[in-house]
Amino acid sequence: MSLLEVKNLTISFGGLRAVDDFNIEIKKGQLYGLIGPNGAGKTTVFNLLTGVYKPDEGIISLDGHNITGLKTIEINKAGIARTFQNIRLFKELSVLDNVKVGLHNHYHYSTIEGILRLPKYYKVEKEMDKRAMELLKVFELDGEADYLASNLPYGKQRKLEIARALATEPKLLLLDEPAAGMNPNETGELMDTIRFVRDNFDMTILLIEHDMKLVSGICEELTVLNFGRILTQGETGSVLNNPQVITAYLGE
Amino acid sequence: MKKMKIAKTTKNNLITYSMVLIAYILVQILLITGHISSLMSGLLVPLCIYVMLAVSLNLTVGILGELSLGHAGFMCVGAFSGAFFSKCMDGLMPDGIRFFIALLIGAAAAGIFGILIGIPVLRLKGDYLAIVTLAFGEIIKNLVNVLYIGKDKNGFHFSMKDSISLHLDGEGQVIINGAQGITGTPHDASFTVGILLIFISLIIILNLINSRDGRAIMSIRDNRIAAESTGINITKYKLMAFSISASIAGVAGVLYAHNLSTLTALPKNFGYNMSIMILVFVVLGGIGNIRGSIISAVILTLLPELLRGLSDYRMLIYAIVLIVMMLLNWSPKAVEWKEGLKEKYFSRLHFRKEKEGR
Amino acid sequence: MSFISYLINGISLGSVYAIIALGYTMVYGIAKMLNFAHGDVIMVGGFAVFTIVSTLGLPPILGILVAVVICTVLGMVIERVAYKPLRNAASPLAVLITAIGISYLLQNVALLIFGANTKSFTSVVTISPIKLADGQLIISGETIVTIIAGIVIMICLTLFVNKSKAGQAMLAVSEDKGAAQLMGINVNGTIALTFAIGSALAAVAGVLLCSAYPSLTPYTGAMPGIKAFVAAVFGGIGSIPGAMIGGILLGIIEILGKAYISSQMADAIVFAVLIIVLLVKPTGILGKNIQEKV
Repeated sequence: MSLLEVKNLTISFGGLRAVDDFNIEIKKGQLYGLIGPNGAGKTTVFNLLTGVYKPDEGIISLDGHNITGLKTIEINKAGIARTFQNIRLFKELSVLDNVKVGLHNHYHYSTIEGILRLPKYYKVEKEMDKRAMELLKVFELDGEADYLASNLPYGKQRKLEIARALATEPKLLLLDEPAAGMNPNETGELMDTIRFVRDNFDMTILLIEHDMKLVSGICEELTVLNFGRILTQGETGSVLNNPQVITAYLGE
Repeated sequence: MKKMKIAKTTKNNLITYSMVLIAYILVQILLITGHISSLMSGLLVPLCIYVMLAVSLNLTVGILGELSLGHAGFMCVGAFSGAFFSKCMDGLMPDGIRFFIALLIGAAAAGIFGILIGIPVLRLKGDYLAIVTLAFGEIIKNLVNVLYIGKDKNGFHFSMKDSISLHLDGEGQVIINGAQGITGTPHDASFTVGILLIFISLIIILNLINSRDGRAIMSIRDNRIAAESTGINITKYKLMAFSISASIAGVAGVLYAHNLSTLTALPKNFGYNMSIMILVFVVLGGIGNIRGSIISAVILTLLPELLRGLSDYRMLIYAIVLIVMMLLNWSPKAVEWKEGLKEKYFSRLHFRKEKEGR
Repeated sequence: MSFISYLINGISLGSVYAIIALGYTMVYGIAKMLNFAHGDVIMVGGFAVFTIVSTLGLPPILGILVAVVICTVLGMVIERVAYKPLRNAASPLAVLITAIGISYLLQNVALLIFGANTKSFTSVVTISPIKLADGQLIISGETIVTIIAGIVIMICLTLFVNKSKAGQAMLAVSEDKGAAQLMGINVNGTIALTFAIGSALAAVAGVLLCSAYPSLTPYTGAMPGIKAFVAAVFGGIGSIPGAMIGGILLGIIEILGKAYISSQMADAIVFAVLIIVLLVKPTGILGKNIQEKV
């Protein structure tokens, strides 16, 4: 059964169809790539999937539930987490606290318990610390847990964003250009991490990427967007050899 | 890459608490030995009020990251609701309990106003939010000035016109008399009560910041869009911070009302000028820095008094100090220059420290 | 008949607000800062005219000219000394607080020089009032001059911004400082010019305001300054036509509110209208909607 099913997704901005008749089906556990030239509408698709924009038409269903038109926070609770193209961390919070914000909806104590420092506060905070450190360890960030997020080097900031997204316990993880600004070494590491996340967290991942090495290395299926429309979709190998795709990337 | 470790928050908070405690003990010693002038001792309760206002506004400005210019309005709500209660209940219950309930009522009333105003207003951002909060503050002040409430054996009477329209019977008593405000509020405020209230405010704010809710509030400040997609309920947490901040301002207002025999809503005490003055404390003390707010509120309240000898020039000097401090603290050039100095003179010291640290 | 008279008074007061709000909005548009000291520049203008006309006994027109020159220079000096160093500060609140400091400074300098007593300001307008409809409707000379001055200033300013090179530079800088710099626009000069124009307008507003409401104290400028700020936000801060519409509407609402609802509540009504407008249209009447890019 497919985890994410999108049918006929469409949105226009001032007459321009930024995304036009977008369809996708992602199976549970799949590593799926969304590629296309700059301005093709990839990030807009992410914004539609996460409720930042409301679609003009189309249906988005996650795990059999219709999530079309829900608010961003409801969609996150339904099970979609994301990272951003231009990193959006909580800069003035520590690395650990960034992840703990991600854990927010899974660990509870009341405001009063927090202010009065009742036993439950200490108990739950301890559990949160433990869980957050586990996640940080996956991304080799446990050594920097006390650092301010803004003081992390770029590559680690990207990893922290993924850790924070995972902390919300999503079913589907959306990664917006995770390798942007990374050198080939870092990209190689990132590929391992993404695979690790998929295997160990039972995660389904949809990612936007320009780095063809990463895309061909880890994605099982691809959708190519061009001018807001789907150019082609299918298995990675066949899509990347499609002459139309090559033309779209290199121009006429 | 500069790597900076965050100082341990618990230790930091302890410093803040002990600072207040030491200040309290010092003042008490000076009071007993008679080293504080009557002018200064008259300033002690206002100091506590300003400190509470500053730390509570810092919750909105520094922790939630929203600019509010209506903080004095919440203080006004607290002051009038608390004084109203005390005026009605004076003599009907023990003073201590009455004052305690008055404080709770002031906190609740201001908190409710915070929520009522926050719901429509917190959608706005930045300077728009600033002007709307300023507008609300002025409206509250204005409304209080045309509010008449009286009491007789038939119960409460209410008017927005004048005290005659209350139609009180012979023994009736006007409690809130429009622009004349409330007269004869019992004098329950003291420095000790003020310090206690500061402690309670600090416990609420500092513990809130270092909790699950506090993290959610700060995540909104740092990146609203990311917070939303991480599952943080923006409206809920904005309202929470805003109304807690308003509540504490309300308590400060109750303290204010019980420190004066006559309570009136003037531009001086509840107008936007007051809100701006509190904002000055917050910014000068460091946005988001609670201890800084306490220190700057104290210094900036005492400064004009310390300069009293200079009579006419004191507010002028205050203004110049304010401008110079802002330029020195915030101008990128000055910041760079200070960093340079630090590196030049403290590099050796710094080096040693790092070595010891390992 | 009284309604029309109130309306005309409202337009007159609104014209003053509009002139002040224009200064506010231009400065906001270009420097992205709330210039809290703007209201006090009005007061400086008022005192300049007062000194020259009432104390020295010189002709009003000279007084107005000197007031404009003083305020223009003052505005540029304030910008250079207090605001420019903070243009790239880490928090936008820094420059806001500095502006508050400048506001205190101007008020207290005026207090030292002129004292706290209210000065009665001699109107600079010598036109006699116009009587209409058999004397039922009297329009004072100040009202007429204020409305005319308001109209002239709005037309000139609109022409200046849209037609002149310097005006175009202002628009460019307010749109994108960095890009404007790359296009060879003198950003610092343009910002200084904006403060100069805004302060000159404040001087004119000061003279008009004090002529219509002839009492002058060091705090005279504060409330009109706040009201003009409200007017600028009301119309959509950063927008020149917005400031005009906002100012005039605000003046009308204030006068009608005073006349028909409650004189004590006039300010509250003004602020309530602002809140309602912003809740319906969060960026003001003519403000641009800017959505954050994700």
